[in-house]
Amino acid sequence: MNAGSATTPKLGVQAATKVYYTASGDLLALDRCSLDVHANEIVSIVGPSGCGKTTLLWSMSGLHRLTSGGVRLDGKEISGPHPDIGIVFQEANLLPWRNLDANIHFPFEIKGEKPDRAWIAHLINRVGLDGFGGKFPRELSGGMQQRAAIVRALALKPSVLLMDEPFGALDSFTREEMNRLVEEIWLDTKTTIVFITHSIEEAIFLSDRVVVLSARPGRVAKEYRVPFARPRSLEIMATKEVFDLTNKIKMDIVGERSRPKAPDRPTAEIVRIRP
Amino acid sequence: MSGGDAIPEFSKAKAGDGHDVSLTNLSAFASGPGIRSGKEVAAILIVAVIIIGGIELALRLFQVPLYIMPPPSSIAYALFDEFPLIAPHLGYTLVELISGFAIGAVIGLVLAAVITQFPFAEKIVAPYILLLVTTPMLALVPLLILRFGFGYTPRIIAVALAAGPMVMINAATGFRRVDSAKIALARSYGASTLQIFWKIRAPMALPMILVGLMIGAIFGLLTAVGAEMVGGGFGLGNRLTTYSSMIQMPQFFAVVLILSTLGILIYVLFFLIGKKWASWEA
Repeated sequence: MNAGSATTPKLGVQAATKVYYTASGDLLALDRCSLDVHANEIVSIVGPSGCGKTTLLWSMSGLHRLTSGGVRLDGKEISGPHPDIGIVFQEANLLPWRNLDANIHFPFEIKGEKPDRAWIAHLINRVGLDGFGGKFPRELSGGMQQRAAIVRALALKPSVLLMDEPFGALDSFTREEMNRLVEEIWLDTKTTIVFITHSIEEAIFLSDRVVVLSARPGRVAKEYRVPFARPRSLEIMATKEVFDLTNKIKMDIVGERSRPKAPDRPTAEIVRIRP
Repeated sequence: MSGGDAIPEFSKAKAGDGHDVSLTNLSAFASGPGIRSGKEVAAILIVAVIIIGGIELALRLFQVPLYIMPPPSSIAYALFDEFPLIAPHLGYTLVELISGFAIGAVIGLVLAAVITQFPFAEKIVAPYILLLVTTPMLALVPLLILRFGFGYTPRIIAVALAAGPMVMINAATGFRRVDSAKIALARSYGASTLQIFWKIRAPMALPMILVGLMIGAIFGLLTAVGAEMVGGGFGLGNRLTTYSSMIQMPQFFAVVLILSTLGILIYVLFFLIGKKWASWEA
């Protein structure tokens, strides 16, 4: 953090506040939430369900308008979707009527650009999808669909990759595989990554920093540095350091429940921590 | 993609070459014809022969009069014998059906696409669309004949009025299937409203559009034949009234057979289009 204060953050969120005006009343999802993500950093965001993680990520991507506050990319305020920000959505969000190649070419079609075939071929090879270009999403497993979605998100060479609980629907083995893949891609491209997850283990394994959001309205409650060198192996997950860190974060999240509630309406959901 | 669409990794072994997973992806067309083995074809043919032969035998055995129910063999004979006389009428009916359907379908599709973009306008228009869907357009044919005479015009208008609302109501259901994640995906690349329509909304609506086109075409056929029966001296519907008034029942049933075949062809056409363009739908 002390290194970061000197330079402009890659992606900065300043006092982001988001109110959803719904028929059943106004809902304060984010309350003056501030977060800086530095270049080449992997930051995970965890927090109790319904705490505004996805709202925060969608605001960072420019897909959501904030009620107040701002998002800056390389120091410049952004007001809408930005070509330098790639998004990997919950589940794969592939277009089921297009085969993988056509799905990966989709961003270029929208932009009216020629696809960068060499780069795409490299990415496809990187995620192990060689020879699957003609397959339709329904013919592939969830893990493979998400690999294709990662290729699609990286196809335009964004400098920031926002990942919204990308592996939440996958089984734990596939999830570990995908986590290693994300690290490999990061080692390859050094893309700045913001990663939202329910899984504390996933957050620790992947991140340089884990940010814990408070229960709704979401604010940054705690931040932890994860000091392990890369590439990381799954063995680090068995160390006492990781065990202690996991428990600390778990207590931060679960502890939220016993605390007296913020002025908006009480959260009834049970905070669940996925294994 | 929503909820249950994700296939977990461990099912990969079972899914094999992907054919298992694609068994149920023809949506509304799932109950249609498929590729069958030689044995199945033989069984289907044998059953058909037994049923048609049985009817033939029963009609002859009980000496059912020709004007009540002609035996299949005489219908087949009438079909071949009279076909040169019936063929021009088939042509007239096809002209009415195709032009009326084309007009109705285009208007229906455009209205569905526009109206679903404006939810408030949709609420205002919805009751009238429902009225158009539920009113049998045949009821308007005498009025249309009064205004436009006994030519093609009243029939084409009636077919368009029957097909259009059917296409529209189904297409609108398709266009209303908003998947906010897919629209967000397109928007994240800076897609315009028009791009979102052509690249997300339209393909998503396509399976429902095809269902609407198929139902619209069948309703169009019903209305074309009905309108021909009301007035004007040509068309397959007119043949039906002519043959029945002359008690030429084999010829009458030959025309019915042609109409059934037309209906089946409409179904098969849209089934094949659906198989080619909408097979992604699970």
